[in-house]
Amino acid sequence: MRPFDYARAASAADAVRRYRPGTMYLGGGTNLVDLMRLGVARPEHLLDVSRLPLDAVEEVRGRLRVGAAVRNTDLAVHPLVRARYPMLARAVLTGASGQIRNMATVAGNLLQRTRCAYFQDVSRPCNKRRPGSGCPAIEGDHSNLAVLGHSGACVATHPSDMAVALAALEAEVHVTGPGGDRIIPMPGLHRLPGDAPERDTVLEPGDLVTAVELPPPPPGASLYRKVRERASFAFALVSIAAVLDVAADGTVAGCRIALGGLAHAPWRAERAERELIGRPATGGAFLAAAESELEQARPLPRNAYKVPMARDLIVNTLEELAP
Amino acid sequence: MDIRLTVNGRPHTLDVDPRMSLLDLLRERLGLIGSKKGCDHGQCGACTVLVEGRRANSCLALAVAMDGLSVTTVEGLADGEHLHPLQAAFIEHDAFQCGYCTPGQLCSAAGMLGEPGPSAVTENLLDDPELTPHEIRERMSGNLCRCGAYVNIVSAISEVAR
Repeated sequence: MRPFDYARAASAADAVRRYRPGTMYLGGGTNLVDLMRLGVARPEHLLDVSRLPLDAVEEVRGRLRVGAAVRNTDLAVHPLVRARYPMLARAVLTGASGQIRNMATVAGNLLQRTRCAYFQDVSRPCNKRRPGSGCPAIEGDHSNLAVLGHSGACVATHPSDMAVALAALEAEVHVTGPGGDRIIPMPGLHRLPGDAPERDTVLEPGDLVTAVELPPPPPGASLYRKVRERASFAFALVSIAAVLDVAADGTVAGCRIALGGLAHAPWRAERAERELIGRPATGGAFLAAAESELEQARPLPRNAYKVPMARDLIVNTLEELAP
Repeated sequence: MDIRLTVNGRPHTLDVDPRMSLLDLLRERLGLIGSKKGCDHGQCGACTVLVEGRRANSCLALAVAMDGLSVTTVEGLADGEHLHPLQAAFIEHDAFQCGYCTPGQLCSAAGMLGEPGPSAVTENLLDDPELTPHEIRERMSGNLCRCGAYVNIVSAISEVAR
């Protein structure tokens, strides 16, 4: 690991004030410390923000404000999260392990890096790690990588489960930084790779996530489901956060679908959502909507399985949500 | 950098390199070699300790970031000559073969038994469910056992969970 200096910020404002080039903020460290050990992350200054007083989950005018330093475990088991946002609790609980959820923060979960094997291997080229060096995943092992929204420069996926649920819930990410405070609605935090895959998010240097705010839950039933290679402690091959509201006449009154494991960002299936509104909440309509969304997919030779997997997951989940 | 750390009830003041993990500090500076370095990436759980009573992967924790906190390792689970109930149950149920993962399994189980609320396999998220073998397997998924002693690990933990 490359030498660095370590300091603990006294407040969010103090952290932003002390930020300078070469600084990285440290939350729970479950991804960053690993990346530093691998030589992928090479901060000169590590500014610990894990103990800032951003660790409360509180109700504010019918909304739920979750501090950036709240640990994943504490978010998932919070009574209001379990009661009002079960999809979010479920998403967090399906991520990582008990130990890691105890350490990992909400902001760190959002800002974790891709688990693409080439990104994590400093002996290989990677446009995300070393811009312009190439993407060996496109010709190599991309079996768990993106089928939607990728570019010729990068086919990485975002690994978070929590972010997928937050995308469906249209959570707001509160940020402070050298340019002042701002609010980024999910799924707008994460970006598609385009020709700048080194940028995972729209955050600017020095920006610090301070909270995630959840609007009142949308009407309807919700589910978070995850397909993975083993029953626990594995990243999603495909995951879904879905909300379905069916009117008395059996037609879809409201629908939100966010997909994980398929893209560089949580993928909001807006096309499928639009097509379902007003349609009967039946398997046929769900299949048509899923297929329409996935027409945009551009699978690579070794991850083409994700397209029918995502289609079936969308259909099965919506069928389970339909009354 | 100087840090203060309480380990198994004993306070320490230590000068540490910012790069040092909590695991390396425990093993190399304090001679507490119960916590094991399996993968050093947070994937195997052999390094699990309790930080402020909550289980954590000590390989992913920087020692400097633990300043002022209290850590319990497998060496601190027993009460003098009296084994922790989990330790006794692991022996009773033959819950290991090579034993390399056992300190992490014990610390993880000790932390897990104190964690309320649902898991990913809990049917109703509002429940504080009974720790069935299914629940225990899910909650212990951060600890791998290459010998495959899971059946007896689960039965040992089940006995203490009752």
